Amino acid sequence: MRQSGRTRIAVDAARAGTESLERRGIDVKGELFRAVLLLCISIGIVMLATLLAYVIVAGWPRLDLSLFTEMPSTRDPNTSGFLPAIVGTLYVMIGVLVTTVPIGVSAAIYLEEYADSSKWYNRLIEVNIQNLAAVPSIVFGILGLAFIVRGPWGLGFVAFAGSLTLMMMVLPTVIIASREAIRGVPSTLRHASLGLGATRWQTVSRQVLPVSLPGILTGTILAMSRAIGETAPLLLVGATTFVRFLPEGLFDGAYSVITVQIFQWAMRPQEEFRTLAAAGSIVLVALLLLMNSVAIWLRNKYSRAY
Amino acid sequence: MLKNHKRAAALIGAAGLAFSLAACGGSDTPGDQPEATTEGGESGEALSGSVVIDGSSTVAPNTEVAAELFGDMHPDVRVSVGVSGTGGGFEKFCNGETDISEASRPIKDEEAATCEENGISYAELGIANDGLAVAINPDNDWAQCLSIEEISSMWRPDGPVDSWADVRDGFPDEPITLFGPGSDSGTFDFFTEEVNGEGGAIRADYNDIGEDDFGAVQGVAGATGATAFIPLSFVEESGDMVQPVEIVNDAGDCIAPSLDTVMDGSYNPLGRQLYVYPSDAGLEKPEVVAFVEFYILNQAQIAEEAGFIPLNSDQEQVANDALAELVG
Repeated sequence: MRQSGRTRIAVDAARAGTESLERRGIDVKGELFRAVLLLCISIGIVMLATLLAYVIVAGWPRLDLSLFTEMPSTRDPNTSGFLPAIVGTLYVMIGVLVTTVPIGVSAAIYLEEYADSSKWYNRLIEVNIQNLAAVPSIVFGILGLAFIVRGPWGLGFVAFAGSLTLMMMVLPTVIIASREAIRGVPSTLRHASLGLGATRWQTVSRQVLPVSLPGILTGTILAMSRAIGETAPLLLVGATTFVRFLPEGLFDGAYSVITVQIFQWAMRPQEEFRTLAAAGSIVLVALLLLMNSVAIWLRNKYSRAY
Repeated sequence: MLKNHKRAAALIGAAGLAFSLAACGGSDTPGDQPEATTEGGESGEALSGSVVIDGSSTVAPNTEVAAELFGDMHPDVRVSVGVSGTGGGFEKFCNGETDISEASRPIKDEEAATCEENGISYAELGIANDGLAVAINPDNDWAQCLSIEEISSMWRPDGPVDSWADVRDGFPDEPITLFGPGSDSGTFDFFTEEVNGEGGAIRADYNDIGEDDFGAVQGVAGATGATAFIPLSFVEESGDMVQPVEIVNDAGDCIAPSLDTVMDGSYNPLGRQLYVYPSDAGLEKPEVVAFVEFYILNQAQIAEEAGFIPLNSDQEQVANDALAELVG
């Protein structure tokens, strides 16, 4: 009896409080929604912060210059470094860049400026690009092994085979981002250009592309950051775990990449190697943050409002 | 020890070089070139080129130590070591993609058949010993010594037990959590063959840690009732995180895995030899010949440094004979 009386009073009070709040113009549901959203975003941020803190604590003892200048060593983990892996990553990423950008941007230009989207084959291409973006990276690894390393291309286990495999993986990202950027160019610009007698190609190359460049660059850098963090497909297409020499070139000889090196050292039983792996992870995360910051900076610096 | 071997390696290397170059000299090498290269081989400096190695993740640390020591003598030879697993390594090897394959078990018939189909011929050389340890949690104070049948009761494909109480009367009712390498691993093939009587026969619901042997160490360290089969070297390198159990051998004694028991063969049936398989095509390259020789002649020092168990004198004899045959 007493209990229910209390409950009733509490409910009434709460109701009155809510009503008075609403009467005073405070949107309770809105505030609640905001709180839920804040909670959601903080979960993501806390996870990232935990990961960063863990990696930094674990890798701190080995975070020094020798990490960048030394060859890996199984005999002496304390002087072991990532040099060949860092250079290998650089080679692979250069390969990804020079193949992805021309192909991806051209595809985006075709789809946005030339393609007639009422034609079935253009729609098929679009659907396929969307699908490709959702394919797990290991599938591209298997594809790369069967068609690029072996099979028709037969490049062998070389850095460029890794580049091409990663290119297949990130191409959809670049195409989609570039299309968005091109679509964001106001049509008045195109009409004005065409109206002044410029050809379609002149309009695209001199008006549309320069204006959409920041968007394209941002998309490209984000795609590169996805590629640089990949391990599984590169393991399949031959990134080796132990090389004590720099790669000979894109088309020749064994190579390693940072992620594969981290992966290999993280599964060694010796504590020193796991510290080394954590230190390598810090380098990789720092590299990613740097690339993403450049992307944001480019977007802010060059984006123009119309 | 190494110094003597170095000299021996250089001498035999030169001989091997002359042999291998003579073998291919008739086809496309100009007449004056072999001599020049042979002289370079004698000084031990002028070797260059690449040695592509892939295979067992168990053998990899050993081969990497060999590659590092070899690199000190021949800085221009580019030795790369991958870890595709014994099976994965043979797949590449029999496809002609590697010079040397590492294996933690002898080559299987079907792998040998694939190699033959593709025209890849090879030699088999023992390079070290390794014990396969059954690791348990340090808090596990009941399972000090297990028979192969008892281990098999946990791992067999049909009707395996899930509690330690069912392994032997008197064991506590602690749930068993199992960790082990995946089917690309030579360790997997060896364990299933020796313990369950058939290569590849294993219960389906154990935690497959792929080629990540250390993952099994972490798994076992995390649960009192956990157990795993992993290379002994990994148990030893990981300190006090896990402990190995003693195994009842064919003489009925409880034997703990150690350097001595693995070397003298009393730690059976879970002691094993590790191998490298150089291909004949690879052995046409003087740098591959030099590396293989270096590896065999310095096996004791390499194994010791990598935490493995050296070949015993009988095994060493076999390896040296095989080597002598290879280099003529």
